[in-house]
Amino acid sequence: MPMIQFILNNKTIKTSQNSGMTLLDFVRYEQSLTGTKIGCREGDCGACTVLVGTLKNNEHIEYQSITSCISPLGNAHGKHIVTVEGTNLQDKLTTAQEAMKANYATQCGFCTPGFVVSLTGFALSNSEKNHNNALNAISGNICRCTGYKAIEKAAYQVVEKLQDQKTDNSFNWLIKNEFIPDYFKSIPKRLKDLDVKNIQQPKGKYVSGGTDLYVQQADNLVDNSVHLIAEKDYLKEITFNNNICTIGSNSTVSDLWNNTELNAKLPNLRKYLKLVSSEQIRNMASFGGNLVNASPIADMAIFFLALNSKITITNVEEEKERIISLKNFYQGYKTYDLKEGELIKNITFKLPTDQTFFNFEKVCKRTHLDIASVNSAIQISLANNIISTAHISIGGVSAIPKYLHKTSSFLAGKTLTSKTIIEANDILQEEISPISDVRGTSDYKRLLGRQLFFAHFIELFPKQFTLKDFVQHA
Amino acid sequence: MHKNKLNNSLNLKLDHVSNALKKSVKNIDSYTHVRGESLYVDDVIVRQGTFHAVVFDSPKAHGIIKSIDYSKAEALEGVERIFTCKDIPGKNEIGGIIHDEPLFAENEVHFWGMPIALIVAKTEFIARKARELIQIEIEELPVITTAKEAKVKGSFINAPRSFSLGDTEKAFSSCEYIFEGETFSNGQEHLYIEAQGAYSEPLENGNIKITSSTQGPTSVQKTIANVLGIAMHKIEVDVTRLGGGFGGKEDQATPWAVMAALATYYLNKSVKLILNRHDDLRMTGKRHPYESTYKIGLSKDLKILAYQVEFLQNSGAAADLSPAIAERTLFHATNSYYVPNVLSKVLSCKTNLPPNTAFRGFGGPQGMFVIESAIAKAASKIGVSARQIQETNLLNENDTFSYGQIAKKVEAKNTWNSAKDIFDIDALEDEIEYFNKNNATFKKGLALMPITFGISFTNTSMNHARALVHIYLDGSIGISTAAVEMGQGVNTKIMQIAAQVFSVSLDKIKIETTNTTRVANTSPSAASSTADLNGKSTLMACNSLLERLKKVASENLNVLEENIKLKDEFVYINDEKSNLSWTELISKAMFNRVALTENAHYATPEIHFDKTKEKGHPFAYHVYGTAIFTTTVDCIRGTYEFDSVKIVHDYGKSMSEGIDLGQVEGALVQGIGWMTMEEIAYNSNGKLLSNALSTYKVPDVFSVPKSIEVIPVETDGNDMAILKSKAVGEPPLMYGIGAYFAIQNAIKAFNPNYKVKFHAPMTPEKVLMSLYSE
Ligand SMILES: Cc1cc2nc3c(=O)[nH]c(=O)nc-3n(C[C@H](O)[C@H](O)[C@H](O)COP(=O)(O)OP(=O)(O)OC[C@H]3O[C@@H](n4cnc5c(N)ncnc54)[C@H](O)[C@@H]3O)c2cc1C
Ligand code: FES
Ligand code: FES
Repeated sequence: MPMIQFILNNKTIKTSQNSGMTLLDFVRYEQSLTGTKIGCREGDCGACTVLVGTLKNNEHIEYQSITSCISPLGNAHGKHIVTVEGTNLQDKLTTAQEAMKANYATQCGFCTPGFVVSLTGFALSNSEKNHNNALNAISGNICRCTGYKAIEKAAYQVVEKLQDQKTDNSFNWLIKNEFIPDYFKSIPKRLKDLDVKNIQQPKGKYVSGGTDLYVQQADNLVDNSVHLIAEKDYLKEITFNNNICTIGSNSTVSDLWNNTELNAKLPNLRKYLKLVSSEQIRNMASFGGNLVNASPIADMAIFFLALNSKITITNVEEEKERIISLKNFYQGYKTYDLKEGELIKNITFKLPTDQTFFNFEKVCKRTHLDIASVNSAIQISLANNIISTAHISIGGVSAIPKYLHKTSSFLAGKTLTSKTIIEANDILQEEISPISDVRGTSDYKRLLGRQLFFAHFIELFPKQFTLKDFVQHA
Repeated sequence: MHKNKLNNSLNLKLDHVSNALKKSVKNIDSYTHVRGESLYVDDVIVRQGTFHAVVFDSPKAHGIIKSIDYSKAEALEGVERIFTCKDIPGKNEIGGIIHDEPLFAENEVHFWGMPIALIVAKTEFIARKARELIQIEIEELPVITTAKEAKVKGSFINAPRSFSLGDTEKAFSSCEYIFEGETFSNGQEHLYIEAQGAYSEPLENGNIKITSSTQGPTSVQKTIANVLGIAMHKIEVDVTRLGGGFGGKEDQATPWAVMAALATYYLNKSVKLILNRHDDLRMTGKRHPYESTYKIGLSKDLKILAYQVEFLQNSGAAADLSPAIAERTLFHATNSYYVPNVLSKVLSCKTNLPPNTAFRGFGGPQGMFVIESAIAKAASKIGVSARQIQETNLLNENDTFSYGQIAKKVEAKNTWNSAKDIFDIDALEDEIEYFNKNNATFKKGLALMPITFGISFTNTSMNHARALVHIYLDGSIGISTAAVEMGQGVNTKIMQIAAQVFSVSLDKIKIETTNTTRVANTSPSAASSTADLNGKSTLMACNSLLERLKKVASENLNVLEENIKLKDEFVYINDEKSNLSWTELISKAMFNRVALTENAHYATPEIHFDKTKEKGHPFAYHVYGTAIFTTTVDCIRGTYEFDSVKIVHDYGKSMSEGIDLGQVEGALVQGIGWMTMEEIAYNSNGKLLSNALSTYKVPDVFSVPKSIEVIPVETDGNDMAILKSKAVGEPPLMYGIGAYFAIQNAIKAFNPNYKVKFHAPMTPEKVLMSLYSE
């Protein structure tokens, strides 16, 4: 049995527990840290939120919040895991805790440790300390009692207290200002001293972030071998070369969110990614997992289909690689072109240029932390108001994340007018085949598909199009 | 000029609220809550050898059990035993109001998720694995999932109930306008973040102690005794707190506690049974869906002269609390309006869904949704704004409710007019009109929602509570009541009461767990009455002790009792501080052998209700309020946001402003959720489709109104409320109904062809379909 080693709060852990066990079960039931609560065991409530600290460049630690209920214990290897107990000060409240108390942000208290941990994670994070980011930090925490207004106030109070945070030496500042206990100072060195080697992974189900697998089949993973790939470096990097971007498949949605160059090339990137799950999930969810999860509404799949991406598929044991177009990856409902032993290594695509426009749309019952009823992305290149190329993808309306071949090729070469777009919608409607389910009736999805298609153009060319150009009533 | 003045007065009021919040008492559990140190059932430190249990439930909504094969499950290593209906020593019966619900299915299953057996094993994981090995064969019978279908088939829980006032038939004949229509409001999942659970421990002599996440410890105790066939005194139920209840743990916390106790009874071992979320969603009932038909008649000047309504309540497969909930629907069928001629009827329809149950508002919201729909329909047909009809018909002092109670200390118009004034409704309406004229892709809508909600258990005999107060010899105080703390802050309020009576600091007082051995035969913590009932009994007990202590002080200090006061932990004589401190006073009382324990019983006076006549005075008082909603609808995508909700609420004289505001905001958002995104879906076979948090969405931090402003109405308060501080748990939920109508008004602004519909929740799907309906 490989030994999993990490620091849990202020304590060094060495355990031979199955690495597929959930981190939640380990902290709650093996370590009796009952402040970490269980609300759903599927990443959807945030009651089990903990922080994961990763040693970067062998010196400083980056903390991220995750939902421990769908995170394999093995992914904690070499990390600092912080539960609510690990944020507590002796006999007094931390700044985040005090803010929650002072603003009446806790009623039954069951969700509260999750919020406290998320807000503490926010204080520890590199993100700019503003209201928006504070709310993003608690985007994965559900409270059924308060109606959130009090929690919002608490979050804003935390932002206020962080205003004169010194970016250098931030641990000292945070300790002095009672955001975290003193022992945090010792963690970087202790993590270095842990001397973790990558554990030899057994044969078994590939697990990256686990956010998909643990929702679907936690019980099977707990007592079977899993092959953890999240720490494999060759699956990680985001690189740019001659206007070509390559993203390692283990990159999480947050890695995309945080990448400066990518944000420069896709100015609305964060607006789009904010529609994908919650901060906790984004911190774990790999885009490789999103592609292979192969859900017809997988957001990343829709996103990258419209970027006309290629994926590199690797077979590590046989040292073979092949490159295919993402469009051709999906074959049918939850089936795809991936053979036994193969991994997706990375994805590559051309970055948009001045005359290339990209947009992503997603509508669900709840705007955030929800699965799309329909989502869609478009990349369109123009020359003198003539469409040179168009790539359109749409999810939730067929068995796979769908690349709209016919609609895309119809648009190529046409003048960009509302008439063209309305005609293109007719083709789009022929290409899709939505079914009625819990995310909406097929009629609704058709209508929504049309609306999101129009929305692309209204968003991208606001001077040229308004809703009135496409529909009546308005 | 005019607007500035109004804004100033609003700002003044908001300042006032925010100052009150700074000073107001915080929930006494805050400290341990934020540190993750508060204890819930699943956090109990378990005894050695504790077993874990998982419930095996029906995979069909209706049918005859042909065979069940447990052999493979029983053979799995670590499985201790599987319990079924055959193992029940007493009665296989858990129904609270009507005895129509078994603990475990016998020959027939009545809903998908109905418990059939309990698997007890070394770990929960093993028990779950074992569950997958059970093979069951069911011969399916026809499934009813809707109330309408049940009505057609004559499938009911009990006899219909009907209230009447005046003569509707005659009144309709003199109406200028008559409109009829249908409405539907869907169920709602409680989604307490802490799922159902219980932990059972064997004591000596076959006694059992249960730690349960229940709002009703006595009903847990009673039901266990009944199922095990033993006396109630052998069962001790203890509740520290709940991670949310909302009515979902009033009756439906019971089965799990009973099952755990049953296993302990046989195994003489501790047993833990915590439902996982999927099991909880599938096995437990929800807010009742209602299908209703109404007929409303108005005079030329928009007075509602007659209102006739039939409510079809989808009760699910057993009675649970449905009859009581149906009754409350009738009580609130006319919301805040005086209607002289009313004929209302409710049918509790038996279907093959999990038995639906209490949920904040308890049938009241479903009743109010219908009359608000009827008004909206009338307004849209007549061509006036709904607000005009609402305003014309608001309750006045001494108006009669359809159940005979005379409205007293009415604040309906006060809150309505205050809301209009303070928030400058005319300016708001102008703004919206201007916005809608100048905006093609976004439309705004506005709606007002008044509420009137009766406080008391409508079953008069349940309106009682007891408090047991100990003063320990060091002057610290311990209080036990029947109140269950579930986040509503009742323990804090009880502490405040005692602190006020004795004039001691809060840290001298401890609120004990709710335990059936200390306070027996209790009503559940429900009906918004928990603080009133338990607070009043605490007040009585503390006052008796105070009298005794004053006597001790008077004897010791040689002054008249009436000149003695306790203040800041000292005895005061004629408002002058003496040397006698609280702690010394207690020592002296002990020395003089004065009882420092008191038990008081409170039963709400004045209330009564005669079910044979359906008339009486069931409520101690009513809570009033008015909310103004504004929403913005994205007419491309069919999504919406709430810009603001502005409320004037009748707190009476709030004793804990922070806690009470929390109740208003929390209930409001839950009500909005019910009306907008929370969509329960069963397929026609009775299988729950919205069976996980990924498919059942409740409001998150981004979906709540951008601003919520709550101003207290100025009022003298009501003595029937504890320290004049009115009940606040349920009433504000019904403000949420305004969300539906605000969105609908925005849709109308976009699509002139849109015909109003009353089918809640108003999901983005319905919005988009309505925006583009022909
Ligand atoms: C609460 C919640 C909200 C969510 N919201 C969204 C959402 O808004 N939008 C959305 O699209 N998804 C959402 N998801 C789904 C999920 O988070 C994403 O699909 C995520 O990207 C999966 O990545 P992962 O690393 O966690 O996958 P894992 O669970 O680790 O793996 C998923 C699958 O991919 C395989 N796999 C992983 N990496 C590779 C690889 N490199 N090569 C080959 N196979 C691989 C695994 O074997 C497994 O079959 C949500 C999930 C949760 C729990
Ligand atoms: S328990 Fe709900 S997110 Fe983990
Ligand atoms: S305080 Fe109860 S769920 Fe948030």
